[in-house]
Amino acid sequence: MYGKGLRPLSLITAASVALTLVAALFWAPNDAYLGFLQKIFYVHVPLAILTLCGFVAAGLMAIAHLRTRDPRWDMRSYVAIHISLIFGVTVLITGSIWARGAWGHWWVWNDPTLVSFLLVMLLYATYQPLRFAIEDPERQARYASVFAITAGAFVPINFAIVRLAPAYVHPRTLSNISGNLPGRMQVVFYLALFAITLLWITLWRFEMTAKHVAAQTRRLRALLGEESDEEGPVRRSAAPSLTHAGSVS
Amino acid sequence: MAPLPLHTAGPYVAGAYIAFFLIVLIYVAIMATKLTRSERTLSELTEQVKRRQRSSDDNGR
Repeated sequence: MYGKGLRPLSLITAASVALTLVAALFWAPNDAYLGFLQKIFYVHVPLAILTLCGFVAAGLMAIAHLRTRDPRWDMRSYVAIHISLIFGVTVLITGSIWARGAWGHWWVWNDPTLVSFLLVMLLYATYQPLRFAIEDPERQARYASVFAITAGAFVPINFAIVRLAPAYVHPRTLSNISGNLPGRMQVVFYLALFAITLLWITLWRFEMTAKHVAAQTRRLRALLGEESDEEGPVRRSAAPSLTHAGSVS
Repeated sequence: MAPLPLHTAGPYVAGAYIAFFLIVLIYVAIMATKLTRSERTLSELTEQVKRRQRSSDDNGR
């Protein structure tokens, strides 16, 4: 189900990312203030936007899980958080590289944008240990959904508070007051945002397909009575099992 | 402040883009390995089911 159309989507994503790379490095003009270093912006900012949007999307999927009790929504939420965490790590790395070039420091502790993003990342870093700590799959899914909703609600609040705070050193993007992008820079930025959005969706579907196939395999093994012979008792896992409600479609 | 010259800013930009592509590549490689393993197991199990069905059909005759 999730693997359907994954190949064309992957090809479109790869082409979009390649086009963005070429446009960012060779077509977009150099920034008057930061020069060539500003090119990091085209990968760093869309990744940050997608990370936060992914966390909010995971919260919405968790709401759907609590409403329907369908374990597939828990799986979708879990995968969304997983992909967003990977994107978030990339944001921290690319941001640190940019900060080193622009400010001469890998990290600045007195900037609200940086510290708040780190807080969000640390908050979501507790998601997997929380899941792993709960043995019963249904209780695990329920608690994880409550976490995803609470943390997902914290993300836009955190974002709004940071925007209201006085700007220290981190530049503001998508703002009418400052940081508005001229002409070609804006085109490349939106192209990058589109490409990174496609990348997020592709990776999400890729992981969903992998989880779906793994769940089908486990179910088939159980039906064949192989589970106890080859793998021993069911191991505790942070990942949703998808099998406790008997549905993997 | 004058913008950083290309020879100074270049390694930072290259580093950021390489880090991004490397992380995505590692993730895709891990997922592809898992997916391939699961698909192989799935086809083995499907084959096993078919064999069992065939043998039960033969026993029924």
